[in-house]
Amino acid sequence: MPIQVLMPALSPTMTDGKLSKWLKSEGDAVAAGDAIAEIETDKATMEIEAVDDGVMGRILVAEGTEGVAVNAPIALILEDGEDASALDGVAIAPAPAKTPSVAHEQAVTVDAEINAPSPAPMESVYDGPVKNMTVREALRDAMAEEMRRNDTVFLMGEEVGQYQGAYKVSQGLLDEFGDMRVVDTPITEYGFTGLGTGAAMAGLRPIVEFMTFNFAMQAIDHIINSAAKTLYMSGGAISCPIVFRGANGAASRVAAQHSQCFASWYAHCPGLKVVAPWSGEDAKGLLKAAIRDPNPVVVLENELLYGQSFDVPESDDFVIPIGKAKIERAGADVTIVAFSIMVGVALEAAEQLAAEGIEAEVINLRSIRPLDTETIVASVKKTNRLVTLEEGWPYAGIGSEIAAQMMENAFDYLDAPVNRVCGVDVPMPYAANLEALALPKTTHVVEAAKAVCYR
Amino acid sequence: MARASAKPASAKKTAAAGKKPGPQKAARGRPSSSRYTEEELLGYYRDMLMIRRFEEKAGQLYGMGLIGGFCHLYIGQEAVITGVMKAAEKQDSTITSYRDHGHMLACGMDPKGVMAELTGREGGYSKGKGGSMHMFSTEANFYGGHGIVGGQVPLGTGLAFAHRYKKDNGVCYCYFGDGAVNQGQIYESFNMASLWKLPIIYIIENNKYGMGTSIERASATTELYSRGAAHGIPGKQVNGMNILDVRDAAMDAAGHARSGKGPIILEMKTYRYRGHSMSDPAKYRSKEEVQKVRSESDPIDLVKQMLLDNGFSEDRLKEIDKEVKAVVSEAATFAQDSPEPHPSELFTDVLIEA
Repeated sequence: MPIQVLMPALSPTMTDGKLSKWLKSEGDAVAAGDAIAEIETDKATMEIEAVDDGVMGRILVAEGTEGVAVNAPIALILEDGEDASALDGVAIAPAPAKTPSVAHEQAVTVDAEINAPSPAPMESVYDGPVKNMTVREALRDAMAEEMRRNDTVFLMGEEVGQYQGAYKVSQGLLDEFGDMRVVDTPITEYGFTGLGTGAAMAGLRPIVEFMTFNFAMQAIDHIINSAAKTLYMSGGAISCPIVFRGANGAASRVAAQHSQCFASWYAHCPGLKVVAPWSGEDAKGLLKAAIRDPNPVVVLENELLYGQSFDVPESDDFVIPIGKAKIERAGADVTIVAFSIMVGVALEAAEQLAAEGIEAEVINLRSIRPLDTETIVASVKKTNRLVTLEEGWPYAGIGSEIAAQMMENAFDYLDAPVNRVCGVDVPMPYAANLEALALPKTTHVVEAAKAVCYR
Repeated sequence: MARASAKPASAKKTAAAGKKPGPQKAARGRPSSSRYTEEELLGYYRDMLMIRRFEEKAGQLYGMGLIGGFCHLYIGQEAVITGVMKAAEKQDSTITSYRDHGHMLACGMDPKGVMAELTGREGGYSKGKGGSMHMFSTEANFYGGHGIVGGQVPLGTGLAFAHRYKKDNGVCYCYFGDGAVNQGQIYESFNMASLWKLPIIYIIENNKYGMGTSIERASATTELYSRGAAHGIPGKQVNGMNILDVRDAAMDAAGHARSGKGPIILEMKTYRYRGHSMSDPAKYRSKEEVQKVRSESDPIDLVKQMLLDNGFSEDRLKEIDKEVKAVVSEAATFAQDSPEPHPSELFTDVLIEA
């Protein structure tokens, strides 16, 4: 049976091309790998090679022919031992279908998958002993407890060891766990983030500390392309249990390159979980959850919160479920949604609003992705009014996402448009007065809450 | 398996830290028969032929529109992965770029699963969700298949970090091309690997072209084996078209890395016969250049000639050709018969549900 040579596709987009030249004539011997013809596409002229040994039996498309469809037969090659008579019986088959024979008929309900608020995980109520400590200490305890619990957990980053942490978050860990598990890295985010991700693929559970998330921009290729996408790209074969943590958002007077919120950057990407603790309890419970999670988790901390003190559960078993928000203050008149340092601002605003007779419900998101839409919707059904609050820029921010989700899931319950309170849409200025003007303050939140209450 | 007693002739270029690299001379020539056994040669012949026939078939399926997107073939470079794998132990890990089909076959992955991934089918290694550039197998300790140039180098360094952390006596074989070698993340990785004495062999597959740009037009220095010198990483240049040279260099390097001496670089001088990807018009090099390598330095022809010189019959080799062809043909059939992934697969494997 002679071998049919088909018009090849030479690029992902080619549908037809010109058969510009035959390099073999009928009767010529052809060896696998020999160029047999030149094809001209919209981009280039390329040669096609024979894939089998034989003799050029018949040329079906004359050279110079334009618009030859991909997969159309262009020649017949006689296999070893065949003579020309074999050509006569050949029925020229039409181009084989590009689509496979077995097709699935089910339509995919994309809308339903994305839009339906998924039930948030249940939070178990903690009523054990608490201890007053700083957020910095709570983060340290979370890491130490998890490192004691699982010896594949290790911490790496700049100054995490001998220096005891640039912000003293890893204080004491080197002494307890040694330098195999508390690894000081060179100042090379791209490299050490990739290294940590590779170690996670091999079954370890790295905690990669970024001194601040500003520097993680050099490493975002590995966070997204290597860590977040590998489970999917491997069809579930390779998991990547890794934590990326560090200070996020504006600190104080460090200007544009060191003052940025990355919540919406990471939250945009499937394959990642993103959490942002506010209190000491959040810090400990969310970081422990992140370390135990089999997926890559981004933990967005805040430098200005490191020194703040809270009552923190003492138990080693205290873990906050990722994807569950916390109602920090109940109220019936307006819902204020915030995360990280802005939760404190929201609570202050709620106090001021209460003095004016407006009871605000303050939701601490805790998780940015997955988002606890269910809790926000339930609150909006009660208050019918929503203010979102974040330090980051408004454009394509977390507030924008929440506003869209509410339109999709709670439109009929809203008595006013969602009001977003955000950082000002400029790079962070250095001057003290300008910096203050660039960040959301309590008064902005109070005004926004009054606006949605039409007061 | 015959362990080399003599130093490989073409692997004598070394670059120690701080030493100025000497002039280049890519040595060639047939190794003496004391360096191999017949059985070993036959294995190489079969394994390399498997990669070549597999890749030719992939090219054919691409031409038929059954494989989409990017498809980077390994034809011409077969001796590199096949020879290096001779040094590998069970616990060792391998990671490479997007020109990865040959590496997967050499690591022992099933040609059916690889081909079905190329056609984007349910039976593929990544259930059709990864494609040519993204396949993995924990059984084969193969960690991809990475599409971002150079991205696999820090990841491989992380695999080596894990070998050291777990104390499993493993070595990571981390492959990248002459195009990736100018990336910053390569040097960040070199630095950490050397600093922490990680068990890793950086294998630079220098096929002379990063896509369409020749190495001379992209690299200020072209002695790639010496690129680790600033980090105290020794390097060797190897004739990557001669599998025995590759094997010997890999064995030495694996011994070095496994014994706790840290990373080592092997620059494999090799050549790809096909374009960078399927849609490469190859205007940046002459047909004569390609033809010259094919006719004078083909890695499979070299082994074939050695077998014939040893009195092996042409017929016996043809038997092997047939066997290989049958395996590839079976893989191609499987890859076309396997159904497309079920639409519900769209939403799986995004996150592991705890």
